[in-house]
Amino acid sequence: MADGGAATLPRIEAPGGASLKRFARRRSTIAFLMTLPLIAVIGGLVVWPAGYAIHLATLNRRMTSFIGLGNFEILLESETFRMVIFQSVFFAITAVILKAAIGFWLAHMLHHIPANGQRKWRGMLLVPWVIPPALSTLGWWWMFEPTYSSINWILNIFAIPSVPWLGEPWWARISVIIVNVWYGAPFFMIMYLAALKSVPEQLYEAAAIDGATSWQRLRYVTLPMMRNIISITVLFSLIVTFANYDIVRVLTNGGPRDLTHVFASYAFQVGILAGNIPRGAAVSLFMFPILAIIAFFVLRGVNRRNKEEA
Amino acid sequence: MAQVSLRKVIKAYEGGVQAVKGIDLEIADHEFVVLVGPSGCGKSTTLRMIAGLEEISGGDIAIGGTIVNDIPPRDRDIAMVFQNYALYPHMSVYDNMAFGLTLRKFPKAEIDKRVKEAARILDITPLLERKPKALSGGQRQRVAMGRAIVRDPKVFLFDEPLSNLDAKLRVQMRTEIKKVHQTVKTTTIYVTHDQVEAMTLADRVVVMNHGVIEQVGPPQELYHHPATKFVAGFIGSPAMNFIPARIEEASGALNVVMNNGTTLAVPEDRVARYRPHAGKQVLFGIRPEHLTDDKTMDKSNLAPLSLTPEVIEPMGMETLAHFRHEGTEITARLDPSTPAEVGKPLALIAHMNQMHIIDPTTDKVI
Ligand SMILES: Nc1ncnc2c1ncn2[C@@H]1O[C@H](COP(=O)(O)OP(=O)(O)OP(=O)(O)O)[C@@H](O)[C@H]1O
Ligand SMILES: [Mg+2]
Repeated sequence: MADGGAATLPRIEAPGGASLKRFARRRSTIAFLMTLPLIAVIGGLVVWPAGYAIHLATLNRRMTSFIGLGNFEILLESETFRMVIFQSVFFAITAVILKAAIGFWLAHMLHHIPANGQRKWRGMLLVPWVIPPALSTLGWWWMFEPTYSSINWILNIFAIPSVPWLGEPWWARISVIIVNVWYGAPFFMIMYLAALKSVPEQLYEAAAIDGATSWQRLRYVTLPMMRNIISITVLFSLIVTFANYDIVRVLTNGGPRDLTHVFASYAFQVGILAGNIPRGAAVSLFMFPILAIIAFFVLRGVNRRNKEEA
Repeated sequence: MAQVSLRKVIKAYEGGVQAVKGIDLEIADHEFVVLVGPSGCGKSTTLRMIAGLEEISGGDIAIGGTIVNDIPPRDRDIAMVFQNYALYPHMSVYDNMAFGLTLRKFPKAEIDKRVKEAARILDITPLLERKPKALSGGQRQRVAMGRAIVRDPKVFLFDEPLSNLDAKLRVQMRTEIKKVHQTVKTTTIYVTHDQVEAMTLADRVVVMNHGVIEQVGPPQELYHHPATKFVAGFIGSPAMNFIPARIEEASGALNVVMNNGTTLAVPEDRVARYRPHAGKQVLFGIRPEHLTDDKTMDKSNLAPLSLTPEVIEPMGMETLAHFRHEGTEITARLDPSTPAEVGKPLALIAHMNQMHIIDPTTDKVI
């Protein structure tokens, strides 16, 4: 093209410095330089400890020799650890499903009350999420106390016998889940409320005219429109819940008889309290590959839908 | 297929805003009715009340003879095309069109037949597997229409379906909508603020203003016999000129006398109609196309006048000349070969057979 000629002419450049300057001016270079501090922080706080944990998990108890997957083999043979796997999976999956369901239900209720009342309720419902969990769990611990505390007292009023909340394995498991759900549901609620607000009103109107009942509008419009946010929140919450430590530590400390331990609390017990740091590292790494695979597929699905629909 | 009746329909939003102030309208089976009016006049509100998306505050709406005031949208057997299409983004074009039938538990084969048929009518067969995101505005528009057609409802409702399209596509889709209506003949209520769309599509046009119906009639009737100043000014482009004038009687004949003394003779067949207003101040209404230099058409009742153009707009097939006369804007449509010049007086002809006289106290056309 005639008018493009000037731009394609080879430019005469001063030797040396000029090409370096041009390199620095390239957009990708600038972008890299600007994100470098963040990359350094992530590297220092995430990649290095993770790598170090993997290294630790392959050592023997006194950290003197490399034993490969030995720690994992020993763990898998231990009755207690198999119980920990069961409890962690049971705890995380039940708690996440309940949190998502309750959060969705609350978001739906909130979405349908007028704006000014909505703010008040939203604020109140968020309270559990802003109290530091170690503190609020302590509060729950008091309430679960079998003889003198409020929950059993209320149950007794309705002629329901006292429940050994933290003393019996299954009740203890349920108690841990209740507290985790109480603490985590507001997060789902606030995410789902935002997502509900972003579904265009006209889609519901179109569906209503197409003949959908309110249940069918939820099933065929709301849920599909929220698929991405649901997958991401569930994935995120699954990871965080698998790593939960404070609630179990404060509420049951793994008891009774090590039956409510999850990976994090058991890793602490084995690694720090019992002093077997490599085995503790192996415990905490145990879920990593499984979660990574789940994360990969969930995020890929989210990405694909984003491209096709948004 | 059904007729639609609105009887004294009122819509008051909370806060006391009356968006629709008691309208009566009878729409016949197979009819294509266009609601037209300026922004905020209550067109969409009326349509949404017919659809059942908006509660009615008073009066009755009947579809096919049944009062539907308390029937939810899904049981009214209507289909609606929205301004921004409202396609389900997570469904393919096929599923978008099939959705209403699936919910109504139609057999798979029947759904398939209807969707394919609608796709053929609308020329979107190659797009059936795509998601709405991968469609152009005009294609989405067609899908939205397809979604309405497959349902074979009693009534089609359109709310400004073309206003998101560019000018060329709008004209093309307008023709398309007319063709579809000629094929499927479903009773249609169409909302627009574009009077060209209204004139070209409608069997009857309903002109609304401030929540009331100003006039209902076939396009030609609204154009030639507007009932009010509002309709006279709203229908037609460029808009009708309204020139302050007096009716004066002189030896048995009537004249329209403009404030600068220009005198235009009233045609004989209108003398009786205007006589009661003799001596009164009126608005002399004349469309730009009837204020012209073109002497070839309609030889009778031409009244000469002279005005000095302020702006000349050559449009190709015609030239628009704008004048300022005693504080009112006047537009005339000239033959493009007329040598009109800004600042030079121009001899014009008013086609008095086509003029309107408006009583300024009631804004009614006399
Ligand atoms: N939800 C609402 N609450 C209060 N007033 C409303 C509401 N919706 C519409 N209105 C008012 O009702 C009147 C009619 O609105 P409507 O949407 O029917 O206008 P329209 O004729 O469709 O205009 P447009 O051509 O701009 O779409 C307007 O004055 C508008 O402000
Ligand atoms: Mg509107």
